[in-house]
Amino acid sequence: MSSPRFLLAAIGLAAATAAATVGAATPADFIKGFEQSARQADPSFAGFSAARGQQFFRTRHSDWACASCHTDDPSAQGKHVVTGRSIAPLAPAANPERFTDAAKVEKWFRRNCNDVVKRACTPQEKGDVLTWLAGVGK
Amino acid sequence: MNTRILAALAVAILAGGNAYADEGRRFAADDATWRAECGSCHIPYPPRLLGAASWRGMMAGLDRHFGVDASVDKAAAARIGAFLERNGSTRRGADSAALRITDTRWFIHEHDEVSAATWKKPAVKSPANCAACHGGAERGDFDEHAVRIPK
Repeated sequence: MSSPRFLLAAIGLAAATAAATVGAATPADFIKGFEQSARQADPSFAGFSAARGQQFFRTRHSDWACASCHTDDPSAQGKHVVTGRSIAPLAPAANPERFTDAAKVEKWFRRNCNDVVKRACTPQEKGDVLTWLAGVGK
Repeated sequence: MNTRILAALAVAILAGGNAYADEGRRFAADDATWRAECGSCHIPYPPRLLGAASWRGMMAGLDRHFGVDASVDKAAAARIGAFLERNGSTRRGADSAALRITDTRWFIHEHDEVSAATWKKPAVKSPANCAACHGGAERGDFDEHAVRIPK
């Protein structure tokens, strides 16, 4: 019971559990989650599309588009359209911190969709956008 | 010899109550959650710029924060609200519930030498953009001797 391999396995398992409970994730994890929600909302769900995501991101849904702050190129530095504050790149390939924290992803989708689209974004929309973002700069 | 002692004494007195670090001034009041949440879209405005009543009003309307949704989760809101109220201004007039720092009498008085044209410069855009002229605004340093108005 004191063999190093067992100990290593135990530590590994503990670490994995810790990571999962702390909400650490990858863009792929979020896409999976959006897929589950999208299917629940619409049984005829037909998958995500990066092209649709790019379109949604660049469309002016109100006074603003997502691109108004994040720019048309999510691997570039963004700039807050009102305050001018610098915004780190959104594409995971350009900024590995993006889409790794469930609480952050939920918060920013909630706030920014309210501001830009004037409503919550649907799982379909989130999945499309993230599918596109995850492929930018790869 | 006397001048040296006097100078040393002066430095000691001035540095005594100073909350600032050697490398440059830092926030007199600081909180990690506040800085992260309230500094994501604009520089984190130091709590001393508004009174407690203003901060309460601000926190109560975060989902309608100057035209945008700036809401945070309950735990963060509680912590940030407490920090802001605890460190809010106590000067006379700070009991008003005004939300816009740049509308306060204090701010207007501090900036009464700044022309309307300056505020309109593309590099400045608005009085809310402290960092345009106050290079140290990011870390709470608004020393007027370090002000640089962009072209």
